[in-house]
Amino acid sequence: MASQYIVRTKGLIKEYTMGDQTVRALNGVDLDIYEGEYISIMGPSGSGKSTLFNAIGGLDRPTSGSVFINDVDMAQLDAQELAYLRCHTIGYIFQTFNLIPVMTALENVTLPTVFAGMPTDDGIERGIELLNIVGLGERLHHKPSELSGGQQQRVAIARSLANNPSIILADEPTGNLDLKTGTEIIELLKRLNKEQGVTIISATHDLKMLDVSDRIVYIRDGKIAKIDERKDLDIQIGEMEREGELGH
Amino acid sequence: MSVDQAQRTHPRGSIGRQIQLPLKKAIEISFKSIKIRFWRSMITAMGIFLGIAFFSSVRMSGEFANIQRAYILQIKEDIEKGLRTPSIEDTRLIALLEENQEERQASENRMLWLSIMGLLVCTVGITNSMLMSVTERYKEIGTMKCLGALDSFIVKLFFIESTLLGFIASLLGFILGWMLISIINLFTQGVIAFGGNFWWASLKLMLLSVFIGTLLTFLATIFPAIRAAKMPPSAALRVEI
Repeated sequence: MASQYIVRTKGLIKEYTMGDQTVRALNGVDLDIYEGEYISIMGPSGSGKSTLFNAIGGLDRPTSGSVFINDVDMAQLDAQELAYLRCHTIGYIFQTFNLIPVMTALENVTLPTVFAGMPTDDGIERGIELLNIVGLGERLHHKPSELSGGQQQRVAIARSLANNPSIILADEPTGNLDLKTGTEIIELLKRLNKEQGVTIISATHDLKMLDVSDRIVYIRDGKIAKIDERKDLDIQIGEMEREGELGH
Repeated sequence: MSVDQAQRTHPRGSIGRQIQLPLKKAIEISFKSIKIRFWRSMITAMGIFLGIAFFSSVRMSGEFANIQRAYILQIKEDIEKGLRTPSIEDTRLIALLEENQEERQASENRMLWLSIMGLLVCTVGITNSMLMSVTERYKEIGTMKCLGALDSFIVKLFFIESTLLGFIASLLGFILGWMLISIINLFTQGVIAFGGNFWWASLKLMLLSVFIGTLLTFLATIFPAIRAAKMPPSAALRVEI
């Protein structure tokens, strides 16, 4: 049965061995994410937020439980299929931008299309189009070191969209940006979410993110503590801010 | 907004397989990588450059000795056949040839042995710098994997980069060693040093030097390249620098 869910996790458990101790970073997470949703995962450091994020992104295999992306069980995929998934289905945005320093903005955005086997000219055309969308049409040939943090993150967003993914995974996308730039990045993500229908899953500490999220998932001690819907949010905002502060 | 939403890349419930990238792309990326880290790359290459310079200078002095020997033997033969009246210089050269033949051969072998040891040390040095380069670039490697790079692509990237460096460094190293020894012999022996099979010997030595240098760099990169390929994509998410 085709579902409206784009990501589903079932009984997700991840254990790490530290010395002779076993630490359970995820302790049975069941999470369903709808197609086209803007979802924020919140939680203090060590809550298992990053582990969940890695599991959804196919960056790390869970100890048990499964992650389904478009109804595909990720545990069943071999290396080449996983690479295909990372290339085509998921776009990644990182806290530290992670542009390839030796390449220009355009080359960075074009790189995923190269991995996808797109002809060079088409890739360049696509790259220019995307950089225009994120408002960097004038800086195609700048190296990352010649761009500000906000601009680098815009390039990274353009890059994440290169192969038209259905999901964008953003790991603390505003974590290294100042307040104003962070707001701009969040607005850009929301705009892409609305206009292109791409599902956005974001791990964040940033309270500004809550305003644009459809749902907010709170992770505590490897479990989902609660899920807030956007429509219930306005009344709770005071409470959440307290929680956010406690979380730091 | 004109981005085509027409086709999401694959139907639900199925997944494609990632394609292998053409070698041309890997070469292009490696080349850029060397260019941007030019001085650092040069330091990596310096080991093999100096090693090959040493090796080729030792071999080249051997070649010069051979040329000189052939030249003197020719004189000796001419004298014995009565085609030439021995001058004082000729007698001196012939005496020199017979005098320390064995000793010179031994010292030549020692030098060759030394230069080979030098090359082995350089190989370890290159492994070390390539390992550092992998550690330094863990984030870049992780990011590439997140963007869809296969392990084999990462391996290719590192091999191409180091082999290219090894090739250039050993070619330049040969030129340095060869030029130094040639200049020295020009002064000690004069133009006779460049007769005989000088050019042929130089060409053979050049091919040998470049082959050895490139091969050693290639071998030195096996371990670092595998380590880079095994880097998990989640390395891209690490925040500490």
